[in-house]
Amino acid sequence: MRIYNLLLRVYPASFRNEYAEEMRAIFARRLHAAGPLGVIGLWLQTIPEVIGNAAIVHWDLLRQDLSYTARMLRRAPGFAGTAIAIVALGIGATTAAFSVTDFVLLRPLPFPQPDRLVRLYEKTSAYSQLELSAANYRDWKAGSTVFESIGLHHSAAGNLVGIGEPQRVGGTAVSFDLFPTLRVQPLIGRLFTETDDRDGAPGTMILSYRLWQTQFGGDPSIVGRQVLLDTESFTVIGVMPRAFRFPGSEVQYWTPLRFNAEMYVDRNDNWHYSVGRLRDGVTFEQAQAEMDVLAARSKQQFPAENKDVGAILTRLADDGVSQQARLLLYALSGAAACVLLIACANLANLLLARALERRRELAVRTAMGAGRERMVRQLITESLLLAAGGGALGVAIAYGSVPLLNRLVPTALPLASQPTVDLRVLLFAIALTIVTGLAFGLAPLLRIGGEADLGGLREGARSGGGQKEGVRSTLVVVEIMASVVLLVSAGLLLRALWNVQTTNPGFRSENVLTLGTPLPTPQFDRVVTRDAFYTRALSSIRAIPGVTNAAFVSHLPMGRMKGGIWPVSLDGRPVNRAENKNAFLRYVTPGFLATLGIPLITGRDTDDSDRQDRQAIAVVSESFLTRFMPTETPASAIGHHFTFALQERVIVGVAGEVRMRGLERRQEPQVYLPFRQVADGNIIGYIPRWLVVRTASQPVAVAAPIRSIIRQIEPTLPVNDVATLTDVVERDTASRAAQVRVLAAFAAIAFVLAGIGIHGLLSFSVSQRAQEIGVRLALGAQSGDILRMVVHRSVMLTVAGVIPGVALAYVAGRSMDALLAGVKPADAPTMIAAVGLSVVMTLVGSVMPTLRALRVDPISALRAE
Amino acid sequence: MLPPATFHILLALAEEDRHGYAIIQDVTARTNGELKLSAGTLYRSIQRMLEQGLVVETRDRPAPEDDDERRRYYRITPDGAAAARAEARRLGQLVKMARAVGFATGKI
Repeated sequence: MRIYNLLLRVYPASFRNEYAEEMRAIFARRLHAAGPLGVIGLWLQTIPEVIGNAAIVHWDLLRQDLSYTARMLRRAPGFAGTAIAIVALGIGATTAAFSVTDFVLLRPLPFPQPDRLVRLYEKTSAYSQLELSAANYRDWKAGSTVFESIGLHHSAAGNLVGIGEPQRVGGTAVSFDLFPTLRVQPLIGRLFTETDDRDGAPGTMILSYRLWQTQFGGDPSIVGRQVLLDTESFTVIGVMPRAFRFPGSEVQYWTPLRFNAEMYVDRNDNWHYSVGRLRDGVTFEQAQAEMDVLAARSKQQFPAENKDVGAILTRLADDGVSQQARLLLYALSGAAACVLLIACANLANLLLARALERRRELAVRTAMGAGRERMVRQLITESLLLAAGGGALGVAIAYGSVPLLNRLVPTALPLASQPTVDLRVLLFAIALTIVTGLAFGLAPLLRIGGEADLGGLREGARSGGGQKEGVRSTLVVVEIMASVVLLVSAGLLLRALWNVQTTNPGFRSENVLTLGTPLPTPQFDRVVTRDAFYTRALSSIRAIPGVTNAAFVSHLPMGRMKGGIWPVSLDGRPVNRAENKNAFLRYVTPGFLATLGIPLITGRDTDDSDRQDRQAIAVVSESFLTRFMPTETPASAIGHHFTFALQERVIVGVAGEVRMRGLERRQEPQVYLPFRQVADGNIIGYIPRWLVVRTASQPVAVAAPIRSIIRQIEPTLPVNDVATLTDVVERDTASRAAQVRVLAAFAAIAFVLAGIGIHGLLSFSVSQRAQEIGVRLALGAQSGDILRMVVHRSVMLTVAGVIPGVALAYVAGRSMDALLAGVKPADAPTMIAAVGLSVVMTLVGSVMPTLRALRVDPISALRAE
Repeated sequence: MLPPATFHILLALAEEDRHGYAIIQDVTARTNGELKLSAGTLYRSIQRMLEQGLVVETRDRPAPEDDDERRRYYRITPDGAAAARAEARRLGQLVKMARAVGFATGKI
């Protein structure tokens, strides 16, 4: 019989209360009748019977609750709609933002044991992270014991010719030990070996899956095939798996990185990236300590070159995400968390308000004998139904918005795929919402407790007031506070974006078309060969109707190649890289400054008379003078000599400042050199390979004629990255702009939610106090008094939320300082705008409740009493 | 269409109000022991029938000496009787159809 009692527990309590006793009696008779032998059979029948029937009873109750809930919600569509919208926005926005953040910042790299992978950099007083020089790398690698293995890579690119249209493809040169360090295997073929790495070995290459598929149709017999890259022939030895991207997603092939004796000569020639795998049991700190020792030893051995050189390790997982991008993603996640918080607070408030409204209904049902358990079930069903509706919509929002947020993912990461909605985050957001829903959905029962809620039954009983009113006000204050923080943050970032975008880059970007013409070497090693190409191309291009000017340059401003510095030496002293006196080097064809609209302050531009056999000249930027010749004016600087790019040069002109590396970078010294004044085969990385064309209107229209001109002159030369200069400049701020937009969207959501919160709270308290208002009016209160009463309440709420909100916003602004591009965290216009918006929001939220309060008819209010 | 248990309970209540155990005994007797309702099935069905208004709990108690304080008595409602009649008609139609094709013989 005890067992049967236990068994009955699977029934809902309400059912048990009703029928358990009789069921026990019936079962007792059966047990008695069955006799000792039949007992087992009876139990075998009874157990499944009880479970099956209990399930049906549970289902019946759920059905009842659902239909009751649906009826209730249909009667309060505003409540249901608001609750669902709040939950959906909260879950959707949070999940999308956290998914992207998690993908970029937290997810491990797609290599085995990624936490053991590190990068080794040099560091100087000027650069916290500097690529390695070959010589230092060799010494440190030989002296180290902490690495299981370590390898090098640096970027490369080549023109793929002989397969369809000539094409520019990005690649990476890797030392043979790099792939084993990452512990990756090829999909087909083999990896590089030490023999591939030897100077003078035949060219070998490994293809990316994408290049293999797009250019070679996934040919299974690709291994062994010869491929022409620029003018050099390479044998394909393998294809990497589809998901392998290293170091970034734009890399399409890998070639061996070869060292020769020459590369070890200059200890300050820093251009290699490294990846090392720490030995088992070696901690990051131990490894860093050993590197410090090795760097100190090098400093002793090479006091001149390594005077200022240290070694620093970073985790590979932290690499590639700039401090700025990281900060922005954190800001987004913070904003998303704020939105979720506001959403939960709002939901809680809504449910509390509803609970008070329903106090009477629940009291009536209790009085009519509904058990506590039935009410709990009913309220849980209602909360869950709302949470589920909102959750479903929220999931849809999350899935819809993650692709939009994808644009925020930097391309320079070895991540295999695009971020997708993160199920863990989604579940967390949904769980939080459900918990909120349940916690506050069940609140009315706290009142009902053990004793009957007689107050609730009393005719015209007023609810509200007291403790719960306090909770609800607090929730609204929290909402206002969070929305102020978001508004201020979004405002600061908007101001920063605006600051950045209105920065004068120093050139006129409108009506300029830019094209890559990646002249291959050794074909274009000699100046005369290049001269012939430039002269033919430029004269034909200038003849295109609509083209006003055209020139070639080493690297575009704000283009992909952001570096390009070269040491400067003054007064005939030998060049010393360790001094960190550097300027940006750009070889140009005559007319470059005019084409980009960079003003010439004094002197002349480079021209066709600046030939190889003439005096080497240079045009420098104003900041070159401030940095290296602070005593000279632009006019007096003309005629001064300095050594740069392997030659002594005389200054013939001073040009205006340009932001070469990005709008947010400060102005840096620029040196423009005539393309002819370089020895054949020297500094080939700086051959002018970018064409800039200024047009009278619509620059895109001349792209097609320019392509055909280039093809005519040089059929195997690809034309890549055709874009207007405006686009290039915009791309510089694109991810910042996208992130600011997302943050602004969050702020808007938060703002609307907080508005809904205020509106809900006030209209509820007005409806609860309708009788009081009626009495006051009947006793002679003017409508002005009533107005004051309601408005006073909303003003108090706003003040209570805005003041801590502004303080918190200032803290948030301080932590985002690096993103603000000079905008102060306490930026007055932003603060005033945010506070103003909050006040407007409060007023708008109070309008309806106030009107309702004024429309209270004293007679009917009193009659109800 | 009524669930079989519901139909049997309605039949058991057709002549007089009964408590739960009496319903089970009546159904067993009527079906010559072929259908023995379990307590779970009985009360689960009764709860639903109460909700649908097919039966009501009755306050009329039998003479005190027969009464057991714990027992609840159930009475068929006009709706319950109508539902049982409709079900009987439906079953009759079915049997007629079965007879027409030779699946059933004799008189019922």
